[in-house]
Amino acid sequence: MIDVEDLTASRRARVLMKGNEAMAEAAIQAGCDAYFGYPITPQAELLEWMARRMPELGRVFVQAESELGAINMALGAAATGARVLVSSSSPGISLMAEAMSYMAASGTPMVLINVMRAGPGLGGIGPSQSDYFQATKGHGHGDYHVPVLAPASIGEAMDLVATAFELAERYRTPVMLVADGILGQAMEPVELRFRTPERHAFDWALTGAAGRPARIIKSIDLQPEVLEKRNLALQHKYRDIARHEVRWEGWQLDDAEFAIVAYGTAARVARTAISRARERGLKVGLFRPITLWPFPTHELARLSGRLQGILTVEMSSGQMVEDVRLAVEGRCPVAFHGRMGGMVPTPDEVAGALKALRAKAARR
Amino acid sequence: MSLETPIKRAPAQPGAAVAESRLIYRKPDVLLDRATHYCPGCGHGVIHRLLAEVLAELELPPRTIAVAPVGCAVFAYDYLGVDFVEAPHGRAPAVATGIRRVRPEAFVLTYQGDGDLAAIGTAEIVHAAARGERITAIFVNNGIYGMTGGQMAPTTLLGQRTTSSPAGRDAPSMGFPIRMTEMLAQLPGVAYAARGSVGDASLIGKLKVMIRRACQVQIDGGGFALVEALSNCPVGWGMTPQESLEHVKGPVTEAFPLGVIVDRGAVDRAAHPNPEA
Repeated sequence: MIDVEDLTASRRARVLMKGNEAMAEAAIQAGCDAYFGYPITPQAELLEWMARRMPELGRVFVQAESELGAINMALGAAATGARVLVSSSSPGISLMAEAMSYMAASGTPMVLINVMRAGPGLGGIGPSQSDYFQATKGHGHGDYHVPVLAPASIGEAMDLVATAFELAERYRTPVMLVADGILGQAMEPVELRFRTPERHAFDWALTGAAGRPARIIKSIDLQPEVLEKRNLALQHKYRDIARHEVRWEGWQLDDAEFAIVAYGTAARVARTAISRARERGLKVGLFRPITLWPFPTHELARLSGRLQGILTVEMSSGQMVEDVRLAVEGRCPVAFHGRMGGMVPTPDEVAGALKALRAKAARR
Repeated sequence: MSLETPIKRAPAQPGAAVAESRLIYRKPDVLLDRATHYCPGCGHGVIHRLLAEVLAELELPPRTIAVAPVGCAVFAYDYLGVDFVEAPHGRAPAVATGIRRVRPEAFVLTYQGDGDLAAIGTAEIVHAAARGERITAIFVNNGIYGMTGGQMAPTTLLGQRTTSSPAGRDAPSMGFPIRMTEMLAQLPGVAYAARGSVGDASLIGKLKVMIRRACQVQIDGGGFALVEALSNCPVGWGMTPQESLEHVKGPVTEAFPLGVIVDRGAVDRAAHPNPEA
């Protein structure tokens, strides 16, 4: 295991780190007070890193009896105003849906990392993006969203871990960061540059009602009129987040006639395919959502007006492509290429899909 | 708050001098002045009261963080004036664990029913107990799902009719009642486990002693503490309040014997050292 303290002290600019471990250390450096988890591949190294580092720093690490246990421990710790991280992978995330709904409803900030693996069911341990719907369309029951951040490199994942804590505390909401088996397991050279979000005093945190009225963190309200008001307040918060927190990255879009829309590992593959396509004279660029929710709808809509076609590439059966089509609203053709089951699209496959899209656009 | 406030009492006999008297019993401030949503004759009100008295006597309210369950006691925070977080159904011991670990100075409490603790939340209660989490769990066992209209609970007695066991609970298809407190008491992480009852005034007094002890072991750094309170559900059981209390003292107590099952005082963690350390 890398000794981060040593490395930081020796001021080595770049080190080789595994994604799961880099995200764990980024959370620690972001001031994470408590981590709760349960072993599952392909995120176990994140839990193992925390098991060693958190006690070393006098912070809280608990390996729970289940993902249900872990996420509810997080709920309790976060309700006291602590900075809390939980991580898991797809089947475990399904078990966490219940508490995520409660936390979204009661305004309890917390960061959850999903190192996505292939489903459905127990599926496999290969990389996947098949939890897009689960992450962006509510996850658990009820009308809610959580901000979803999708890094495409280990370095970006480290930075977005700090962003996730910032968003969670700013908006009093759970935040999800979605990686996949490749981002979690691969090693990449990363810069040991960390961010520690500023601490704020919370007027809602449960600290014991000494010298102040008792505080209650809850989601229940049996009066429909009152519950609707709470829901409206929640939706107002989501509009606020959608207005201020959309993140995306464009690459080679200035002269682009075509664009690939892809996030995470699929976006890495897309870049290689784009470079090769440009060598053959096809003007294609990359539109990479970094926030999957809120989705960069307006930005993609604007871009689509001057494109001849869009190819969405995902490691799924086609989930984000629905949001792409809703953004594009028929301004240009939207094609899809995806692989499932832990398979990753190759640059050649993507180049083939681009070629087919160009042929289709030429026939219009 | 002083318990020694002198009050004037009406003379016992006409013409007798007005006697100076001392207030020896009053509602603790932490029990809020609100009419509860509980059904007439329900034991939750008594158990809330006992808990409030113990919290006040041990001066715990300013540092208490309590976890409310799903079930009849879901609105417990409306009646007890301490910081509260709502847990998903059965997850209160996990939520309490999270609070415990980041707030070592807090007094951490769960209040759970038998559906919450003995059915959907079995994993959470067993593992909180196994870890010896320094929390106090108040477990109200009335043998039924009251909030949802009187369905069978894991603690429902054999033969007992409920809306989901209309012909009575039968062992071949519905299994046997669970004695959670005995099961949990075996775990070395449990500092205190006891079962009391709200059956009558004398039993209520004994139940209070148990609740007080379960709170004291947490204060003393003991470990996991649990008090099961056998309670009634007149509406769900189809009985008058008085009948339901007789039922608690009779068949319910036969199935769930009263008493202190374990009082280790403190979990002896030193007796189980890490051999590697």
